[in-house]
Amino acid sequence: MKKEREVQEINASSMADISFLLLVFFLVTTTMATDEGLSRQLPPMKDPKTPDQITDIKPRNIMEILVNSNNDLMVNGEVMDVKQLKEEAKAFISSDGSNEKLPEAEPVNIPYLGTTMVATAHVISLQNDRGTDYGRYIEVQNELVAAYNELRNAKSMSAFKKPYSELDADQQAAIRKAYPQAISEAEPKTYGGGK
Amino acid sequence: MATFRKKGGRKLKAISTASLPDIVFMLLFFFMSTTHMKENTYKVTIGLPQATELTKLEKKSLVRYVYVGEPNAQNRMYGTDSRIQLDDDIVSDPEKVSSYIASQNASMKEEERGLMIVSLKADEHTKMGIISDVKQALRKANALKINYTAKKKVN
Repeated sequence: MKKEREVQEINASSMADISFLLLVFFLVTTTMATDEGLSRQLPPMKDPKTPDQITDIKPRNIMEILVNSNNDLMVNGEVMDVKQLKEEAKAFISSDGSNEKLPEAEPVNIPYLGTTMVATAHVISLQNDRGTDYGRYIEVQNELVAAYNELRNAKSMSAFKKPYSELDADQQAAIRKAYPQAISEAEPKTYGGGK
Repeated sequence: MATFRKKGGRKLKAISTASLPDIVFMLLFFFMSTTHMKENTYKVTIGLPQATELTKLEKKSLVRYVYVGEPNAQNRMYGTDSRIQLDDDIVSDPEKVSSYIASQNASMKEEERGLMIVSLKADEHTKMGIISDVKQALRKANALKINYTAKKKVN
């Protein structure tokens, strides 16, 4: 008669140590937070063959923002604090054409919203010095994007009773049509002081 | 009759640790799935600017990183001026960004080409000159989607 052999149990007490080691490795080498940031679209490179188009923009349609190398802000020829920029931009973007100083507007028929006055020709022109701090540049960009976002959100709340982010694609497109984004960045120049 | 208990007869039973590996493995898998690898070691110091209107970068495979900042203590040989870091190298010529993006584009999956998002991580005290050079290089390489990495502003 054969004697049944007992299978020896493998000692698993080191398993915990091994998995702890792995755990610590992953804790150290990985990061939790996903990156966040301001998403922007750069304009395509100019084709050198096509000549420069000089388009005349009426002064009332343009909001000129200059940032110098001391991080000072000038909007349409007047010194301004960054904190005021958002309100200024909101008034500028949401112009209905009645104020002589604010951009022209034309009636546009938009699905869901009907015919609304849209400042289609408005342009926010941002120009900075080569010596401007990146932090200030982001601050200005952020204020401008915030101005658009707040206007769109307000429009969305009044038209659909929902914030802009919860609308479907068609509704979002309609809102975007009511407040089209037009931020143009000029090629940077050196005004002196900065390098 | 009185009964006597022997002293030291009762021993505390050791707590079974057999489930410990399972618990730790669970933790391990949790961290493996919720986190992701650090993309690069920084050779430049980056203090991110703050902003409120942030969007998240979702698709990791589409994102390429460009870092701009002052070389950190281990890389003092590059000087103290702001430099551009691509992958693990510090480059001095902003034009290199174009060729880097072009080579990255070539190594991407065919269906993802042209969808590349460039995440620009720059120190907030960097001067705009070098940032505009990078932006010009990106435009030249036709990588037009850009994300300026920033921290959530706390009020």
